[in-house]
Amino acid sequence: MCCMSKVMVVTSGKGGVGKTTSSASLGAALAQAGQNVVVVDFDVGLRNLDLVMGAERRVVFDLVNVVQGDAKLPQALIRDKRIETLSLLPASQTRDKDALTEEGVARVIDELRERFDWIICDSPAGIEKGAMLAMRFADLAVVVANPEVSSVRDSDRIIGMLDSKTQRAENGDRLEKHLLLTRYDAGRAARGEMMKVEDVLEILAIPLLGIVVESPDVLTASNMGSPITLHNPASAAARAYTDAARRLLGEDVAVSAPPQRQGFISRLFGRKAAAA
Amino acid sequence: MALVVAPEFPMTNWFAAFDQQLRSAADFFADRPVVADLAATLEEGGPEALLIVLDGLEARNLRLVGVEGVDAALLAGTRWERLPKALHGRDLALEARSDPSPPPEAAPSPPSLLIDRPVRSGQSIVFEDGDVTIVGPVSSGAEVMAGGSIHVYGSLRGRAIAGLKTGAAARIFCRKLEAELVGVGQLYRTAEHWGAALHGRPVQVLCDRGALRLSPFD
Repeated sequence: MCCMSKVMVVTSGKGGVGKTTSSASLGAALAQAGQNVVVVDFDVGLRNLDLVMGAERRVVFDLVNVVQGDAKLPQALIRDKRIETLSLLPASQTRDKDALTEEGVARVIDELRERFDWIICDSPAGIEKGAMLAMRFADLAVVVANPEVSSVRDSDRIIGMLDSKTQRAENGDRLEKHLLLTRYDAGRAARGEMMKVEDVLEILAIPLLGIVVESPDVLTASNMGSPITLHNPASAAARAYTDAARRLLGEDVAVSAPPQRQGFISRLFGRKAAAA
Repeated sequence: MALVVAPEFPMTNWFAAFDQQLRSAADFFADRPVVADLAATLEEGGPEALLIVLDGLEARNLRLVGVEGVDAALLAGTRWERLPKALHGRDLALEARSDPSPPPEAAPSPPSLLIDRPVRSGQSIVFEDGDVTIVGPVSSGAEVMAGGSIHVYGSLRGRAIAGLKTGAAARIFCRKLEAELVGVGQLYRTAEHWGAALHGRPVQVLCDRGALRLSPFD
């Protein structure tokens, strides 16, 4: 049974690109699809996932407690109130990354594998210990990037590490990697103010899992403590995450190019240009 | 990879030019071992000049790991005495050592290295024995160094330094030049030196009469 479960790291290198939001949203979307999901916050010392998932008032024990053997796993797991099959394993806010050990994390992951179909590891930013441990036991990785050069270069660095520093890579096994492009604005990309999807894909050379458009809905959902697939399922961002989850489950869903939001004037001019 | 610097007279001019290089590409020398070729210094300036030149190089925070082109005895008794000398195997003490018969079973090291996946940012490929062929891109922030030539069937966005062993005979080939730095032998150039005209084009980099030349294929 344990072999059926999948450990998925959500990582990026750079901070602020949307790892935590994406971890919560993908986790919720997979759970909504009937999967048994746990989202693990590896950002010890700077935990946020509990807030984004609206569980900050229910945290008693955390990952560090379990890793160090001070609490049992079931004591630390927080079950989501909205979706029964979604759980959270929060990080500790009062400790730092050195509180995690490789053996401890390995033990916790093994224990989680027995209970869940999907173990989503929300990686901290950077390439240090916390990020290394978050990716260490992954079966697959979601690399979150924004369409800007610094984010893309950092993601490239992370992909190199996924290919060399994970247990799978060291055993010579393949580690699936998917790109989730977040905060995308088609209009700005068309005007050359942002990188285009093709450019990012050419540089990173990994398959595209989805494109999440830049939208105030995402921030609103985060601030409400609700993953966007629950908070506003009809929004473009929620649909992007839902489609991404379906792709992770093996469904063949085409990645739809994000619509360029057009004002009345540009519509008018656009049509004129097309007619000419 | 050790870089070789060969100071020449007049020293003031040489050091001024060298400082200029250091300023424009500080990264290139950062933490990289440097070997000083002092043959020219000795020839024109005599043994005293050696110490002055070595002091000058040290003052620039270079990681001096050795000298060549001078007799070891000339540095005896100075504080440079312990730097490895004559790196080309002219050290008699080494030659005199009885050489155990080379293990015949050991496979000869391959003359070329093939990498058929992207070289990612932060990764460094160093292959001193020969050519390196990369099927895929070399990312910004990655570096490839080869004893011989470097072939990149993809975009070269990081840095490539060819000819660690073969020197000026080596070349760099890439399908799309978007590199940060290219070097052949002891010559190198950063992206701002070749401008937009070559950007994104298939290019070869070679040494032509002592200068680095980048020429497009299309």
